[in-house]
Amino acid sequence: MSEVRVEGLIKAYGPVRALDDVTLTFPDGGFFGLLGPSGSGKTTLLRAMAGFVEPDMGQVFFGDRPVGDVPVEAREIGMVFQNYALFPNMTVSDNVAFGLRVRGIAAGETAKRVADVLDLVQLGPLGARKPHELSGGQRQRVAMARAIVTRPRVLLLDEPLSALDKALRVDMQIELKRIQREVGITTVFVTHDQEEALTLSDRIGILRDGRLIREGTPQEVYSDPGDVFTARFLGEANVLEGTPAGAFLDLPGGARVARPDGAIRIAVRPEHVAVSVDRPDGPNILRAELRQRIFAGAMGTCVMDWEGQVFKAVARHEDFAALPESGPVWVSWSERHARGLTAD
Amino acid sequence: MIAPRLRTRLVGLVGRLYLGLILMFLYAPIMVMAAMSFNASEFYQLPFEFSTMWYVQLSDNDAILAAALRSIWIALIVTVVATVLGTAASVALWRYDFPGKRVLQVLLFPPIAIPWLITGTAMLIFFFGVGIGRGTPAVIVGHVALALPYVIVVVTARLATFDRTLEEAARSLGARPWLVTRAVMLPWIAPGVIAGALFAFAVSFDQFVISYFLSEPGDSTLPVLIYTAIRKGFTPEINAISTIIIAFSMCVMLIAAQFTKFGGER
Repeated sequence: MSEVRVEGLIKAYGPVRALDDVTLTFPDGGFFGLLGPSGSGKTTLLRAMAGFVEPDMGQVFFGDRPVGDVPVEAREIGMVFQNYALFPNMTVSDNVAFGLRVRGIAAGETAKRVADVLDLVQLGPLGARKPHELSGGQRQRVAMARAIVTRPRVLLLDEPLSALDKALRVDMQIELKRIQREVGITTVFVTHDQEEALTLSDRIGILRDGRLIREGTPQEVYSDPGDVFTARFLGEANVLEGTPAGAFLDLPGGARVARPDGAIRIAVRPEHVAVSVDRPDGPNILRAELRQRIFAGAMGTCVMDWEGQVFKAVARHEDFAALPESGPVWVSWSERHARGLTAD
Repeated sequence: MIAPRLRTRLVGLVGRLYLGLILMFLYAPIMVMAAMSFNASEFYQLPFEFSTMWYVQLSDNDAILAAALRSIWIALIVTVVATVLGTAASVALWRYDFPGKRVLQVLLFPPIAIPWLITGTAMLIFFFGVGIGRGTPAVIVGHVALALPYVIVVVTARLATFDRTLEEAARSLGARPWLVTRAVMLPWIAPGVIAGALFAFAVSFDQFVISYFLSEPGDSTLPVLIYTAIRKGFTPEINAISTIIIAFSMCVMLIAAQFTKFGGER
């Protein structure tokens, strides 16, 4: 186990840069989520770490050792594929034992480690089954067991939960996190599901067009996204743009709001927005038109129109009970919840 | 105007008649031959009188038996060589991208399309040119060249269904490329390889033209011997050996069909 680092990775496919100078450290034993829309280069980055993609420039380090010249089979990685890639002709046990047998580990030791890891992923009694006799969630566990049984230096997960249905996915997220904590292997996982990334990761990195645009703990990145793309990609955000006037920002329609970090754009998360019929006190208030109230279980959403732009507020459903179905309302937020954004 | 229902029935009837005719023209001569191999009369005279005498005589005909044996072992050698080379070629074409790959893939198929007569003539000239001349080694090389494209076609078709991520998974677990091929890919493509091997056997065992051109007079394979025998004078012994070959070939092809899902999925 070790820290994993990529330095200045560049990979071009024709004129498109799938990776554009990516430098990133994946902390030892941590769970790192790589997040981005499709085509952002997250899978290319993962495959470059695995050795399936040879970068044009830059280096991958496992600990202090550069692994650029090390072929995939000698990198001591564990990988879980989107479709699990279980060997269809082998039983669950043989699938899991494959990596150990390749390493020439004695039969007794192999059998013990396979049994242990199958217990860890709670598949103890299913060792004799073939992959096609398993459910999606069980296949996922086998793929995980097969990847960790060799005690790899790094565990690479390529959208491991995307093939599962929603309910199972949530269960498996908890399960994945538990297994990763128990084995403590440095883990990198790729996803386009922001909720999954926030749930699972100790740290996340946001990729866009092959560039790493933001990195930090999920809390840091969520509460201070830094740019419009990240703010909108990671959760929802009301983005307001205006002209600076000293410590304030003049918005279209004549409103004047506090201006953090000298920015000309600010983001306010829907859950930090209060909606009321009476005009509240304070500087950060806007006049908006309530268009729709959406009930979604415990939470409710107000969809409003402000100067031709959609403005959303989310709160416990009761908090919106006093509001009309539609009509003019006031929205407000506390200054500490407004975040300055750079362009894009 | 014909009523639609009547028309449908008519079309069905014509279709069935057509199919019946095809099957008749395909199999009637073979049936007649098989029947005659069990007829006591040397001159195909009726009434039919059942007898296995031609099979008994066949078992005493050393020339035919020797040729049959030679055909079988040549076919076995060709099967092994063509299957190994063809499978290796298919895997290489599947796994690697290299300049000229498309050209090479195209170049592998003419042996199926070019008339055997022309291929045979070319091979004869070539083998004399390089000093191999006629004889069993030349026959084997010629048969391998003919059988190779069949193996490649069948194995490549099967490989197309192989999931590339299985190979990546095996490599991520530490398997070197050869082990990946042996432990993960071969079990998957095995049905294609077996079918390819059966095709190779059939191509070699049934081959006449190339064998006729390349074999030496005392050393002919069964099809060549049968042809020579017919020119001298037909005997029902030929019917007997032909019936055996047909029964055998059909078994081989039926087994191959099981593996390749010939004629579509069931």
